[in-house]
Amino acid sequence: MPAAALPKRATAPSNPGETRLSGWGNYPKLSTELLAPQTPGDARGQLLARSGVIARGAGRAYGDAAIGTQATISSRGLNRMRSFDAATAQLTVEAGVTIADILAAFEPRGFFLKVVPGTKFVTVGGAIAADVHGKNHHRDGGFGTIVCSFRLALPGGEIVSCSRSENAALFAATLGGMGLTGMILDATLQLLPIETAWLRQDTRVAGNLDAAIDQLESNASSTYSVAWIDCLARGAALGRSLVYLAEHATRRDMEMLRPDLEAFPSLRASRLSVPELFPGWLLNRTSMRAFNELYFRRGAAHQGKQRLVHWHPYFFPLDAISDWNRIYGRRGFVQYQCVIPLKHARRVLADILDRVSRRGDASFLAVLKQLGDGGGPMSFPLRGYTLTMDFPISDTLFAFLDELDALVVDAGGRLYLAKDARQSRATFESGYPGLAALRDIRQQTGAATRLASHLSARLGI
Amino acid sequence: MTGTKSILVIGGSSDIGHATALRYAKEGWRVTLAARDLEAAQRNADDIGTRSGVEITVQSIDVLQTGQLAGFVAGLPVLPDTVVCVVGELGDQQRAETDPEFATTIIRTNFEAPSLLLEQFAQAFAARGSGTIVGVSSVAGDRGRASNYYYGAAKAGFTQFLSGLRNRLALAGKVRVVTVKPGFVRTKMTAHMKLPAPLTVEPDRVAEDIYRADVTRPRDVIYVARRFWLVMTIICALPEAIFKRMRI
Repeated sequence: MPAAALPKRATAPSNPGETRLSGWGNYPKLSTELLAPQTPGDARGQLLARSGVIARGAGRAYGDAAIGTQATISSRGLNRMRSFDAATAQLTVEAGVTIADILAAFEPRGFFLKVVPGTKFVTVGGAIAADVHGKNHHRDGGFGTIVCSFRLALPGGEIVSCSRSENAALFAATLGGMGLTGMILDATLQLLPIETAWLRQDTRVAGNLDAAIDQLESNASSTYSVAWIDCLARGAALGRSLVYLAEHATRRDMEMLRPDLEAFPSLRASRLSVPELFPGWLLNRTSMRAFNELYFRRGAAHQGKQRLVHWHPYFFPLDAISDWNRIYGRRGFVQYQCVIPLKHARRVLADILDRVSRRGDASFLAVLKQLGDGGGPMSFPLRGYTLTMDFPISDTLFAFLDELDALVVDAGGRLYLAKDARQSRATFESGYPGLAALRDIRQQTGAATRLASHLSARLGI
Repeated sequence: MTGTKSILVIGGSSDIGHATALRYAKEGWRVTLAARDLEAAQRNADDIGTRSGVEITVQSIDVLQTGQLAGFVAGLPVLPDTVVCVVGELGDQQRAETDPEFATTIIRTNFEAPSLLLEQFAQAFAARGSGTIVGVSSVAGDRGRASNYYYGAAKAGFTQFLSGLRNRLALAGKVRVVTVKPGFVRTKMTAHMKLPAPLTVEPDRVAEDIYRADVTRPRDVIYVARRFWLVMTIICALPEAIFKRMRI
């Protein structure tokens, strides 16, 4: 039988049909048609055939950003790496490749990603769409700064290459554009050569919020810096923190500090995971207070000593526990992440923390970080301080978060769209003056009428 | 690089073929992917090459052109140390019931072509005196089911072929034959199906088990999801009078 007469190989995943999806916060759960293309060509074809559609990576956006109003195109089948040029350290991968994939393949060969968010389980497409930031944003900028170029499928079927020199406006609007400019098919990233897998970490204890900000401020030249805040502490201890500063350790550092360690030790896979039905009552004020107390004592014991820590626990502390989002139970949770411009940061963050500590249901630890300027018109970062906290969904939560929103808006701040599930249109519009540029681009490319997530519908993007 | 072992994966555009080739490449094996869909195989080869830093080559093969199989094996630049055959197609059972040509293709793809191809490798390996032949069959070949009996029957044939081949080669020297029976695997082939989570594995699990059965812990027959061994033992033990009334 001639090959031409054969039925085409079953590329079956045409239509698994209607399903309910949620983001990492398990809230909200929404209906959508889930499509699973296996090649960039299939992805383009499915984009062309739909409207009310959005691309979805690993599902690590917390809220409704990666759920299409009609259909959702998963990029997980686009998980192939394309090429690596050792001379320039440039890596080209499809959009569904995760940061974990890249680090697994390239860390042992002496390369790292200069910008990583708090989890390695995000896709490259998602990292670009949210212009994710790392612990070095104040110095090095966001994920967009390591993106040399990408290819974008527009809803009309056209595939365009974007970089700082080619289709520059589209390139910029796609950084932080939450997938609303088109579907990212692949990208070329600039990797960072590293001498060892270790970080030279310096721990500082800050007794309250002012001290924490002072520490971050006076160590702004540190490559990495982040403060873990005890959001249950109150009064004079409001905002007490552990500030972690870090630099990539050189071979020389290792010789001086720990000559016994291997430069690139192999990592064990995580074995811990949270059971499906984690009882919600385990998360109460007493257990959280005990956890935070232990956490701070352990951290304070390291104060003033330079320690070598592996990049994995430093950058991805929660990735050691798979499915940690389940601890908030069936109703899910909201991660609240705002940024407050430098000028008002101390006053407004103190106000927010005070309200949160009095309310008492924020999760274990909050994260405080210094941010630099944003990368694209829709990038979340702006020069100031960002605070991140988890809140389990409850009947009174949204009214409370609306109060916090008002403080953020007053201070000229904004909320992170990759974490958002509930902010109002007015809060959003006042925080993102770059919205007009995104809307223009969406009109020009035909995305305005075709690409829509529940987030974009909710916020009127 | 003298001393480096090499592997040839037939069905190199498939998910299991991709994962298997990557597993061996990570150990430094030289990898060749053979497939009919060269573009898809090249995409996999680029991925494996980028992740592992190993150079990967791609070969064109249409296993249904059975007259060309001997020439394919003879024409390989290097006779591999291990050949893994992942060729297979689930097909559409209902269509096969009314479309004999389509049914024939399912049988040929899952039984005839892989068997004839591996026979060629068996002879070449026997002549050399070494080699491992890995045939990826299926638990579907353990008992005929209403939902996929063309596929199942062809896989049953392939399983028996591998068993016989192993039996023949066992006395001839150092050529091994490994039969792999994955249960449900999350791949392109099964993307449209609802699979029972406890019995479903990812392609890299299949790859890991193939690598172990070949290299680190030699075995003849492996069930990839171990629980499937139990499930299939029970299913195979059911009397036909009862089995025929069930829709498993």
